[in-house]
Amino acid sequence: MTKESMEYDVVIVGGGPSGLTTAIKLKQLNSNLNVCVLEKASEIGAHILSGNVFETRALDELIPNWRELDSPIKTKVTKEKFLFLGKNKSLNWPTWLLPAVQKNHNNYIISLANLCRWLAEQAETLGVEIFPGFPASEILYNEDGSVRGVATQDMGIDKNGDKKDSFEPGIELLGKVTVFAEGCRGHLGKQLIQKFELNKDKDPQQYGIGFKEIWEIDEKKHEEGLVMHTAGWPLDNNTYGGSFMYHAENKQVFLGYVIGLDYKNPHLSPFDEFQRFKTHPAIKKIIEGGKRISYGARALIEGGLQSLPKMFMPGALLIGCDAGTLNMPKIKGSHTAMKSGIIAAETINDHISSGKNLSDYEKKFKDSWLYKELYHARNVKPSFSWGLILGIIFTGIDQILFRGKLPFTLKHKHADHETLKPANEMPKIEYPKPDNIITFDKTSSVYLTGTNHTDNQLVHLKLKDPNLPINYTLEKFDEPAQRYCPAGVYEVQKENDINKFVINSQNCIHCKTCDIKEPSQNIMWVTPEGGGGPKYGNM
Amino acid sequence: MKILVAVKRVIDYNVQIRVKDDGSGVVTENVKMSTNPPDDNAIEEAVKIKESGKAKEVVAVSVGEEKAQETVRKALAVGADRGILVKAEGAIEPLAVSKILQKIVEKEKPDLVFMGKQAIDDDCNQTGQMLAALLKWPQATFASKIDVKDKSLEVTREIDEGLETIEVNIPAIVTCDLRLNEPRYASLPNIMKAKKKPIEQLNASDLGVDTKPRIEQIKVEEPPKRKAGIKVASVEELVQKLKNEAKVI
Repeated sequence: MTKESMEYDVVIVGGGPSGLTTAIKLKQLNSNLNVCVLEKASEIGAHILSGNVFETRALDELIPNWRELDSPIKTKVTKEKFLFLGKNKSLNWPTWLLPAVQKNHNNYIISLANLCRWLAEQAETLGVEIFPGFPASEILYNEDGSVRGVATQDMGIDKNGDKKDSFEPGIELLGKVTVFAEGCRGHLGKQLIQKFELNKDKDPQQYGIGFKEIWEIDEKKHEEGLVMHTAGWPLDNNTYGGSFMYHAENKQVFLGYVIGLDYKNPHLSPFDEFQRFKTHPAIKKIIEGGKRISYGARALIEGGLQSLPKMFMPGALLIGCDAGTLNMPKIKGSHTAMKSGIIAAETINDHISSGKNLSDYEKKFKDSWLYKELYHARNVKPSFSWGLILGIIFTGIDQILFRGKLPFTLKHKHADHETLKPANEMPKIEYPKPDNIITFDKTSSVYLTGTNHTDNQLVHLKLKDPNLPINYTLEKFDEPAQRYCPAGVYEVQKENDINKFVINSQNCIHCKTCDIKEPSQNIMWVTPEGGGGPKYGNM
Repeated sequence: MKILVAVKRVIDYNVQIRVKDDGSGVVTENVKMSTNPPDDNAIEEAVKIKESGKAKEVVAVSVGEEKAQETVRKALAVGADRGILVKAEGAIEPLAVSKILQKIVEKEKPDLVFMGKQAIDDDCNQTGQMLAALLKWPQATFASKIDVKDKSLEVTREIDEGLETIEVNIPAIVTCDLRLNEPRYASLPNIMKAKKKPIEQLNASDLGVDTKPRIEQIKVEEPPKRKAGIKVASVEELVQKLKNEAKVI
């Protein structure tokens, strides 16, 4: 059955900072363009999760008068701290010894979800059509192989693949140009990278998993505008990661933890490391007596310039963290994602109005401050493959002495799914039980995300080989999916002495970690029925 | 035949509700809002009746703040023909809503009024009944099946004892249960079409309805935390504990 189709000048997949920026910029350049944005979440912002300390550079370019438009960018950074944590001690690192990229005095503490909601309002005012609840599930190609658009998911298919009474076929959205802005590890972006070999001659992409909780804390302990980062405990010297704590408005703190997905020990549980981190005296004293009101997790992209795929292909562009524009030493990806969206809109406008090639994206990108930023940042993340201490020493030399201008580029050697060592060669880790005051289990955490997927639909976490988890991964790696998944989707259950791999896909918070870290790349994340997944508020 | 369907904008059923610190209510900022679930069933049923040729027009009406327009728009996207939004600020109690709906019924002269059996935010389960009383119309509440006859409806109701089937004369009020049907998804082309369908905007005050709350809300608080359970070794121990500790038998 052929699907109904709708034609646009530009179809944008994903309503995050890069996609919405592209939409706004396109309408600013030419208000006659027909632009639509597809978003898999039930509303814009509901799948957005980020720290977030926001640099306004790209927004200043996009909407120079944003200060007059009641934007949700309100809390200026007033004070910064950096702590090295030992098990019980903490060392306050003087901020003047931090590289310039880690200084935040002109930045703001924001909720990126709220910023996206606001950007969506701006886009709609300009005439952009935004469709939340409609995941793009399939890429459509022309006969010449160029991208023709995307198809949205069929709705109302039961778990056996049969149509329910409520069946509603997907729609083809055809664009002169299609922009893929799905965020880190977008499931269509991944296919495009393979099909068009966009990552040819690039280093393997690097990822991390980021956790975030919002706490409402005691007024006396709250210092609005304070930005604090930590490194060290509970991670060992060989595991890349650290925490953030941002004191936002309304007595809230945004507390989070990021762990590089290149970790080696399959017994490591990123979720439990984050929970344990909160028990450190330097952290506990701040949140004690407060209340956790939100939880979430999302994979983020850390590979930087070495791993950044080509961002154009016939008929389409790949932007933001769908490609990987995050600046790792800055720990910021929003302004870079937005800038990549601005460049995308300019390239597309030239393409549609005067027939210029989409490959102009490359040149525009290389001439922009975005490229310069990523170039200067490029050596930081790979240096941490030598461990925390050497990484810090090198970063000091690279970022403070040479300001990112060292005449060589370090390489990322392995993809994250290749780094796990066999379970029997690595130490087991005993994590303390949650106390339900400071630390929690996954079930009560996922509950806070408001995650739901319509029951009786196809499982959206597909196994290439359904027997592999039990026959191979369990024995060799003690099935790490049980631990790297931040939502408890994967379980190994014993039934009559036979191990069974269970996928609780209803709990999935769309972080994509399984798609990245599964050692045999056996798990494929595909789009569930529209509107499913978390319902984040001000994450 | 014309069917008026009342829809309400509520906090999405998946969102974990948070009580405000000062006990004045629940947090609604940056919270996903949706159509009250049984109202979706009400719209679906009305649209189905229209599709079967037994009704000519389905009108969706909502009472609430400006943003309740989205809820009306959603009803238009799944098949309602036009919408009415009666703007009213603050807490609007069922009595006020039914008085507003009474005015709308007098104006629109529908043959049937459908709505959800209750809203998942205040759980009042009163508006349909009060509206029936104000209009002096028959009512069929908790409907899980509706058969449209010539001048009446045969309605199956979900009641504590099981199912009850009644017949009501048209015009009538029907409040819908979740078992009534499976609401359809709004398709993209229909969402586009819905943007062009008219929504009439009115103010509650213009209708001459006093929306002042009649109920004083003293405090909103979270239910007490459930204590951890214990395992008992035997039936005897369980009975023992139920008798002496829990004192429930």
